[in-house]
Amino acid sequence: MAVEQPTRAGDQTRIHNIGYRSYDGPRLGRAYATRSLYSQSLRGSYGLGRSVKSKVLPMLLFVVMCVPAAIMVAVAVATKANDLPVDYTRYAIIMQAVISLYVASQAPQSVSRDLRFKTVPLYFSRPIETADYVRAKYAALASAMFVLTAAPLLVLYVGALLAKLDFTDQTKGFAQGLVSVALLSLLFAGIGLVIASVTPRRGFGIAAVIAVLTISYGAVTTLQAIADAQGTTDAVPWIGLFSPVTLIDGVQSAFLGANSAFPGAAGPSNGEGVVYVLAVLGLIAACYGLLLRRYRKVGL
Amino acid sequence: MYDPTVARLTYRALLGRRRALILGALPVLLIVISVIVRGLVGADDQTAADLLGGLALATMVPIIGVIAGTGAIGPEIDDGSVVYLLSKPIKRPTIIFTKLIVAIAVTMVFSALPTLIAGFILNGNGQQIAVAYTVAALVSSIAYAALFLLLGTVSRHAVVFGLVYALVWEALFGSLVSGARTLSVQQWSLAVAHKVAGGDLVTSDVGLTTATVLLVLVTVLATWYAGQKLRTLTLAGEE
Repeated sequence: MAVEQPTRAGDQTRIHNIGYRSYDGPRLGRAYATRSLYSQSLRGSYGLGRSVKSKVLPMLLFVVMCVPAAIMVAVAVATKANDLPVDYTRYAIIMQAVISLYVASQAPQSVSRDLRFKTVPLYFSRPIETADYVRAKYAALASAMFVLTAAPLLVLYVGALLAKLDFTDQTKGFAQGLVSVALLSLLFAGIGLVIASVTPRRGFGIAAVIAVLTISYGAVTTLQAIADAQGTTDAVPWIGLFSPVTLIDGVQSAFLGANSAFPGAAGPSNGEGVVYVLAVLGLIAACYGLLLRRYRKVGL
Repeated sequence: MYDPTVARLTYRALLGRRRALILGALPVLLIVISVIVRGLVGADDQTAADLLGGLALATMVPIIGVIAGTGAIGPEIDDGSVVYLLSKPIKRPTIIFTKLIVAIAVTMVFSALPTLIAGFILNGNGQQIAVAYTVAALVSSIAYAALFLLLGTVSRHAVVFGLVYALVWEALFGSLVSGARTLSVQQWSLAVAHKVAGGDLVTSDVGLTTATVLLVLVTVLATWYAGQKLRTLTLAGEE
């Protein structure tokens, strides 16, 4: 019968064991894979392990962040000043354009390329889960941002100690500055990743992140200036809730002893400060939740 | 010099899917802010000039220019699909010129038009402020689009360099070093706007003649050089 023919042909075929051995060594598992993804993403944020061309921009921004701090320290040491020209908490607010550029250039680098080259399904074919991927990427970018924002503070602190400024005073300011830039790193990294994870196009991601950060900052400061000029000073802190930079500014001027950069130095009171903290934490949690949702179904 | 098919494809690349919504969010924000400010302040010429100059012309026009200018060619070069376009019997300068027209049109629609609307909302075109800033936005749209289109053909990191120019050079350096203002598209367009408005509210550090000459020069040179770059384009692998 015609049906039997393929079976008979099949009988003649053999699968020979040609001696491939299966892997029976230790399996490093999910936690190890997550840690590797974290460390590779963190290195990638500074172009380490990538081409020279992709090192230029992050390193340049890092240098641009640190040089003003070094100059301030040099001036403070040379003039034997009693205090640093800039507070630890204020530094990141002054340099916010550089920080925005960094997160805008590195957030798409971290996630958009995985989407475009369809490597995300490959990650998920390994033991790691959606949450692991999101946590690793989020933690990596937040750590990279923390390195970027904390390094100049460290320069300032070391310089201040070398200039024999008051130790307790400087340590307190440094600690407050570190808390504030840690919050800033988490917030900016979250916003950047959420926007970048929507588009597989790197260029568009960069523009979208920078647009959200700078336009919201520009709009909020303009409105604050107008509200201040109109004498409605009460409205100034509430307007500040609508942009990431002013959110951080509000939190640190309410609880971390910073002078507010708001017009008229009208920082939020303690009650309003609680709203600021809740807004920052809520935004960070929302970014994390959105990322989890984004990667629940992804790829092919 | 103008190829309708290339234009259609470029429009699709720039505005297709959800991109038009994202591009549209910026103008909508500007108009919402002007409504709020009008409600808070009432019609005030100085406030209108500050808002249009600071937010619309200094931030919004360059960002939309970067998105439209680099977006018209950058992604295609990036993913390599530009070879299919280049292998067609169309002159390379024609491709660039067409993409430039599209980028200019998109920048103008998404930046100059909302500037005009915002100006009318803010003070009903008092002292010609709305018209002046709209003219500035129109003029700078052309120069920005040409400049960022060139960047798109030159570098893979065109968006970042474009933003560094627009935000760091024009905004930061321009406010610190007055010499930097001579080399700023924003100031050139303000010079033209100053001529149109004639008031004291719209001022520029650059004379009208210098501004016009530089604007034309930058636009023409950038377009020509982009055409040359496209003629000798080498497709490199990812990074």
